[in-house]
Amino acid sequence: MKNTQDTELLFDLSRPGRRAARLPACDVPERPLSELLPSTALAQTPPNLPELSEPQVVRHFVNLSTQNMSVDTHFYPLGSCTMKYNPKRNERAASLPGLADLHPYQPDSTLQGILQILYELQEMLQEISGLAACSLQPAAGAHGELAALLVASAYFRDLGQKRSIVLVPDNAHGTNPASATMAGFQTVSIKTTSAGFVDMAELTAHLSEQVAVLMITNPSTLGLFEPNMRQIADQVHAVGGLVYLDGANMNAILGITRPGDFGADMQHYNPHKTFSGPHGGGGPGAGPICVTERLAPYLPVPLVVRQNEQDLQKNGDSPPVYRLDFSRPKSIGQVRAFFGNVGVLLRAYAYLRTHGPEGLRRVAENAVLNANYLLSRVKTMLPVPQGDRCMHEFVASAAQLKAEKNISAMDIAKRLLDYGFHAPTVYFPLTVAEAIMIEPTESEGKQTLDAFAEVLSHILQEDPQLLHDAPHTTSISRPDEVRAARHPILSHPEE
Amino acid sequence: MNQDDLLFAKTHEWVAITTEDEGRFATLGLSAFAVEELSDLVFIELPEVGRQVKAEEPFCEVESVKAVSDLYAPVSGEVVAVNDTLPDALETLKEDPYGAGWIAKIRITDDAGLTHLMDYKTYQRQCEEEG
Repeated sequence: MKNTQDTELLFDLSRPGRRAARLPACDVPERPLSELLPSTALAQTPPNLPELSEPQVVRHFVNLSTQNMSVDTHFYPLGSCTMKYNPKRNERAASLPGLADLHPYQPDSTLQGILQILYELQEMLQEISGLAACSLQPAAGAHGELAALLVASAYFRDLGQKRSIVLVPDNAHGTNPASATMAGFQTVSIKTTSAGFVDMAELTAHLSEQVAVLMITNPSTLGLFEPNMRQIADQVHAVGGLVYLDGANMNAILGITRPGDFGADMQHYNPHKTFSGPHGGGGPGAGPICVTERLAPYLPVPLVVRQNEQDLQKNGDSPPVYRLDFSRPKSIGQVRAFFGNVGVLLRAYAYLRTHGPEGLRRVAENAVLNANYLLSRVKTMLPVPQGDRCMHEFVASAAQLKAEKNISAMDIAKRLLDYGFHAPTVYFPLTVAEAIMIEPTESEGKQTLDAFAEVLSHILQEDPQLLHDAPHTTSISRPDEVRAARHPILSHPEE
Repeated sequence: MNQDDLLFAKTHEWVAITTEDEGRFATLGLSAFAVEELSDLVFIELPEVGRQVKAEEPFCEVESVKAVSDLYAPVSGEVVAVNDTLPDALETLKEDPYGAGWIAKIRITDDAGLTHLMDYKTYQRQCEEEG
């Protein structure tokens, strides 16, 4: 079954003169390239490209793709990533010619369909977040964080306030401190209690008029909803600061509570997580941001706006009803070309329209139910330090197992691959030793969750050496991560 | 250097204080416990010589296969020397954390940070709680 020949490097498979297509002789007079292009535009030697037949190329990539794990082939409980199933109807909708074949330089009047979709998506994201305005521009979650922090920065500049500090609790997403630094702020970490919540005394001690923004991930990376959320937001607001919600874990609260209602001034979404866009493969992610009314003037341009129909009639204009609004003088400017990463936004739109408000609430309820069911099974085998209950995910610890049997979180993760389960996230968050972060999502049935729990239980009884050497069934076992990071081979030796 | 003669920060840096003609200096590195916890190291970003550092602020970065971690300056001062051999020999941090694995030397300009440091026994108790 295993095809090792066709998965060799393309350069090794190459043979001189091999081609995918042979063209007939040219029937018009040929002129040498040097006559057609200036010498400065011509390379001295042709590029070194592999020469292959079409079936070889197809076999190469198809065989490589089968060595991969994906949501379409395996249960994928990768905590913090919300690896839910990506419905195929989203793909069909996004590839409709009326959407996929548009050119961004077409006049607005010929783009009314897609502009309406993007406008409605803005409205839906605002409603889900409980915030007043939305920009679809940012290209991914962390880019959304950066854009929102630049919005905050512009807002304080406009107020004439100098604020340099961004507070980030240590149970937040790892991108938060990086985004704050990129936006020119100084990051200060806030400790969490042993129960996994923001330490209120620590927060109070750090609050001052220097604080621009508190970035909070709620539910947190421990899969816990912050019980003092309202109080935290009130305290930050009391010193004139803003609250940023990292929306990576929105899957747990869709239709149940809204960040705008619990005190957030800004948030991003990860449509590739929460709204079932594919992670990679099918295209890039996106990181739309929503903000309160007072921050709206600073959002990136363009926003999609719907022209008031009365104004249209009054001016005697005919539609376009929807247009791109670039005329926003306080805007931080453009953060992404054209309308943002529209492909994944269309998939998010299709997902939202398929579920509707009731359906979205059920998504969150089932994601939380699944995580709690799996938590109840896993915690009998592995301690879950903060885990009587959870939201959409939970974090188990292999620390005791490591001390007693020298079995690490990594060993368990690698061995799970042999049983056909993608590994959970390991060694994150850093606040839990030997962390194993499990997020089943709403896509799975009880049958799959039970199968996963039983395999985990079985693995923990296996010979530790078997685990140290795992995985045994994949095409390569454990790569030398240190060498791969320090001495990577990034080109073919002949290059 | 003997670990009993060193001072430790709660963020796992060790410090050796010396008095020389040009002033007081802090030579520092990463504790054996921290190196063990980080597991396989892949990268270190050393501070530049001449850089002013402030106590309890990050000034150096180590990356392992698990995570990237900041090193915090245990004292305020100026970086006067760094161990240039480390980037190509990260195993030294594990093999000899309190000797050849030193990371940087700082000329101390402000003693304030020193009061936050602890002796080896106190540090070891902290590690036991964390471990």
